[in-house]
Amino acid sequence: MTIDWIAFTPWTALAGGLLIGLAAAMFILLNGRIAGISGIVGGLLTAKQGDNLWRVLFIVGMLLAPILWLGFSQLPPIQIDADYPLLIISGLIVGISTRYGAGCTSGHGVCGISRLSPRSMVATLAFMGTGFLTVYVIRHVLML
Amino acid sequence: MKTHFLTAFVTGLIFGLGLLVSGMANPHKVLSFLDLAGDWDPSLALVMLGAIAVSIIAFSFIRGRNQSLLGEPLRLPVKTRLDTRLVIGSLGFGIGWGLAGFCPGPALVALGAGESKAAVFVAAMLTGMGLFELLEKRKSASH
Repeated sequence: MTIDWIAFTPWTALAGGLLIGLAAAMFILLNGRIAGISGIVGGLLTAKQGDNLWRVLFIVGMLLAPILWLGFSQLPPIQIDADYPLLIISGLIVGISTRYGAGCTSGHGVCGISRLSPRSMVATLAFMGTGFLTVYVIRHVLML
Repeated sequence: MKTHFLTAFVTGLIFGLGLLVSGMANPHKVLSFLDLAGDWDPSLALVMLGAIAVSIIAFSFIRGRNQSLLGEPLRLPVKTRLDTRLVIGSLGFGIGWGLAGFCPGPALVALGAGESKAAVFVAAMLTGMGLFELLEKRKSASH
């Protein structure tokens, strides 16, 4: 392992993390809910009625974040290396498996660990593990 | 309009800004974090750390209460048992995450930034989530 010191951005990473934590804190303190994105989005696709407006508003807030940002300065880089077929495959896998596993990076990784949930700790170890493994296989075994 | 609708919107906005500031919304950076054997960019470990440092305070404050500060019912997950769904689902999520560097939140933010590739990812993700609902419905119908 070699650390890429040039790419390493500790201060913005930490500052962004604090903002994400603030959002998660606000959501449990004010709305009494877990700020888990896969659950918020996936809940829109269940048949339950009368439970959709807050989900839509949360998602609209997320979608508007870069637009608000653009009002003040240039957007930070968003570099998407994957091609379209790979994006479709990974999107399908992320969609179905975050619903099976009842959470993603936000719901398990941030909120779940913050409330000391053993399920979320196991989930986070699991997806971090296969995340590392997948990139290892793609870059260092298949050499793609 | 009830206050909690406004707070849902503001929370989504702050969450999105956090993903942008942190670099999480950039799949290239996410993949550099997941590439332990290459030139490793440890930044995203600090994102997690920063986020947990703040939200852990809120979750310990709310513990034992039965409603939020706005009087909303607390809706915390009730499951405590580890099951195969949790583990298989999470293992699968990591594979999907490692393939393109996108998880659900950052994909929405990148979509908001007008990235057509993010739109394709989000459409596929919604399809996957819809597929899950169909499978669940079929399972409960067969019981």
